[in-house]
Amino acid sequence: MAFVAIADRDHEHALHDPETFIRKYIWSQDHKVIAIQYALVAIGIGLVALVMSVLMRLQLGFPDTFSLIAPQDYYQYITMHGMIMVIYLLTALFLGGFGNYLIPLMCGSRDMVFPYMNMLSFWFYLLAVLVLVAGLFVPGGPTGAGWTLYPPQAIAPGTPGHGWGIICMLASLGIFVVAFTMGGLNYVTTILQARCKGMTLMRMPLSVWGIFMATVLGLLAFPALFVSCVMMTLDHSLGTSFFMPAVAQMGGQTVHSGGSPLLFQHLFWFFGHPEVYIVALPAFGIVSDLLSTHARRNIFGYRMMVWAILAIGCLSFVVWAHHMYVSGMNPYFGFFFATTTLIIAVPTAIKVYNWILTLWKGDIHLTVPMLFAIGFIFTFINGGLTGLFLGNVTVDVPLSGTYFVVAHFHMVMGVSPIMVVFGAIYHWYPKITGRLLDDRLGRFHFWCTFIGTYSIYLPMHYLGILGVPRRYYAYSDAIDFISQNVHIANEWISISAVFVAAVQLVFLFNLAWSLKNGREAGPNPWRSTSLEWQTPDTPPKHGNWGKDLPVVYRWAYDYNVPGAPEDFVPQNVPPGDPRAGNAPAGRDHGVHH
Amino acid sequence: MSLTVAYAALATGIIVWLILVRKLSTKSWEAAPATAVDDEAPRWPAARVGLWVFLAVITSLFGLFVSAYYMRLSGHHGSGPATDWVQLSEPPVLWLNTVLLIAASVAMQAARRAVRTGGVERSKTSLMLGGLLTLAFLGGQLYAWAQVRESEFFSAINPAVAFFYLLTAVHGLHLVGGLYVWGRTLARIRREDVEVIDVRLSIELCSVYWHFLLLVWLGLFAVMLST
Repeated sequence: MAFVAIADRDHEHALHDPETFIRKYIWSQDHKVIAIQYALVAIGIGLVALVMSVLMRLQLGFPDTFSLIAPQDYYQYITMHGMIMVIYLLTALFLGGFGNYLIPLMCGSRDMVFPYMNMLSFWFYLLAVLVLVAGLFVPGGPTGAGWTLYPPQAIAPGTPGHGWGIICMLASLGIFVVAFTMGGLNYVTTILQARCKGMTLMRMPLSVWGIFMATVLGLLAFPALFVSCVMMTLDHSLGTSFFMPAVAQMGGQTVHSGGSPLLFQHLFWFFGHPEVYIVALPAFGIVSDLLSTHARRNIFGYRMMVWAILAIGCLSFVVWAHHMYVSGMNPYFGFFFATTTLIIAVPTAIKVYNWILTLWKGDIHLTVPMLFAIGFIFTFINGGLTGLFLGNVTVDVPLSGTYFVVAHFHMVMGVSPIMVVFGAIYHWYPKITGRLLDDRLGRFHFWCTFIGTYSIYLPMHYLGILGVPRRYYAYSDAIDFISQNVHIANEWISISAVFVAAVQLVFLFNLAWSLKNGREAGPNPWRSTSLEWQTPDTPPKHGNWGKDLPVVYRWAYDYNVPGAPEDFVPQNVPPGDPRAGNAPAGRDHGVHH
Repeated sequence: MSLTVAYAALATGIIVWLILVRKLSTKSWEAAPATAVDDEAPRWPAARVGLWVFLAVITSLFGLFVSAYYMRLSGHHGSGPATDWVQLSEPPVLWLNTVLLIAASVAMQAARRAVRTGGVERSKTSLMLGGLLTLAFLGGQLYAWAQVRESEFFSAINPAVAFFYLLTAVHGLHLVGGLYVWGRTLARIRREDVEVIDVRLSIELCSVYWHFLLLVWLGLFAVMLST
């Protein structure tokens, strides 16, 4: 044992650059490599879910023309599509992908604080995805219980994949929670403990704030999913009765008795509602930075934005039962949750107003990231407003089983976050690869996706108001009672869906093509203030900052600063530096006079 | 569920209050004076923060298990207590196990105190003792499992039995994870080239984790005894 005084120790551990190919790109502990690994796996499995949605749409739009899928496939695809999109794509991409890439770069640190655990987090995530995919190939196929996996039908015979399929799903979710916890501990601890000198909490870009709060939510909410998965696995395999009531089926009594399916719903949604914000908060944060950068305007109400993120995070734990209005709950219970649901709309609306006010009198550059950011505002307002409808018990009860709900959640947590994902990829791709994505393809991609998704989901609201039930494979028995309009709308929606899915190929092509052929981006193509654009190398090398860590002197939104020679002042420019000019102190930064 | 909600509210409340409120009132958009870079107070080591965050995650996990326990116990909405819940008489060996785990926690604390005052040898002994007592606790839990298996209460559909196995298993697995870190710390403390300050942190974190899991066990045991 050697004795060394605390003061003599260098707190920065030496970075050992990886040398072999495997250590550098595969078994890597570098947060940037891990981020790209996360993103590629997430996008890969997301494409599987996209193909499933196209197959489902072809069935719904043209039930007599295509016979690609059988009824049980439909339920299996619905389940897999939902679960993959929500958890394995969006959660993993925002936190494992953008979180990993942006946190150390935006906070001015060399890497995550626990790089080895960060690496394990990715490999556990990959394992979770592989177990999920294995579910496609086991006898009976994947589970068809719906993405909420409600018992008793999730493990009752008659549901597709009630044998191996549901086990794969539950095991995969359990592994995912472990992976997320390892990653999440890293994100939170890095943000709290490894920020560079001068980077106070209130100088952090909102992207980091959004990712931070989403991770805190995930760390506290994912255990609920874990608990429900463990208990359901035991009900399935060992014959316990946590969730399974006494059921008579096939003329006999099952081994279960007395379990509470409602208990599962409570546990699931105690995870499930925060999950909405686990996806939404990083999107809120990132979109704030995109709007501010591309409108050359400081974010309106920065401190309010931070408080709104925190408020949404806290409130998201007390609204879960608004997913259960039709479960036969006590009316006072429903009243309570309707109230909290409406309250959570307040900080959310504050954010929307602030985004719009950021654009007001801004110097708006309609770059591709900006187009997606503005597209997000549209889709989010649309989806958010229908959320106010559904948050009220009396409106939710008749609409709950209809396409109105499908339209609502796809708008608010499908299209909206995906808009931000695209915007963010167009925005940060030049930092990740050193080259810009092709602009014309990007514009084509945006307009087709934006208009295409609207023509998918807008008519669905109409179908919902008409009372068309969701979760149906076909309406063949009731065909005469369904208005012709519904069929036409369904066909239109399906054609749009195929179109939007096909357009994503253009995006994938752009990603691959620009890697080699894109325009050289330089270190800071968007003239952005935040630290990740001030790295000595583009793409940043291992350790990010060369010899010395950056020092931060200002917040991340010094755009259009009067008196500065350029229209922005990066965070690491000290006062008195020529780049800061003779900018006056005070609140007037970034405001046109 | 209400328990867990209260916990989640408390946890987020504490985060907001302790870390944030003081710092979140700064006006970051105002230009800072030339000596802007404030030297912040020395930060906690990342590992310590990481552990505390992890403890929050585990609290959420056990809080949810206990919420599920009470919700399952209370039966369906408005229909009174669950009729299939046959109360379990906990095996007496659990009391002995509890004593063992308390002793393990005390030993960990002794190791932490010893390493702080430079008594590396004493620390090694206490650390070793703490781990062995924990192993004894786990052995005792397995014995309790066997006893319940042979009791007249045993039946897979009795939720009291299912929860007994589930809660003790999850708690035990957390201790096994702790023992892995304990083993690594023990190996490191024996090496010559490791600085005592690193080991000091590891031992401190081990002791915190052990105290925490002791609290969890006391909570779980109390819940099971009272129902």
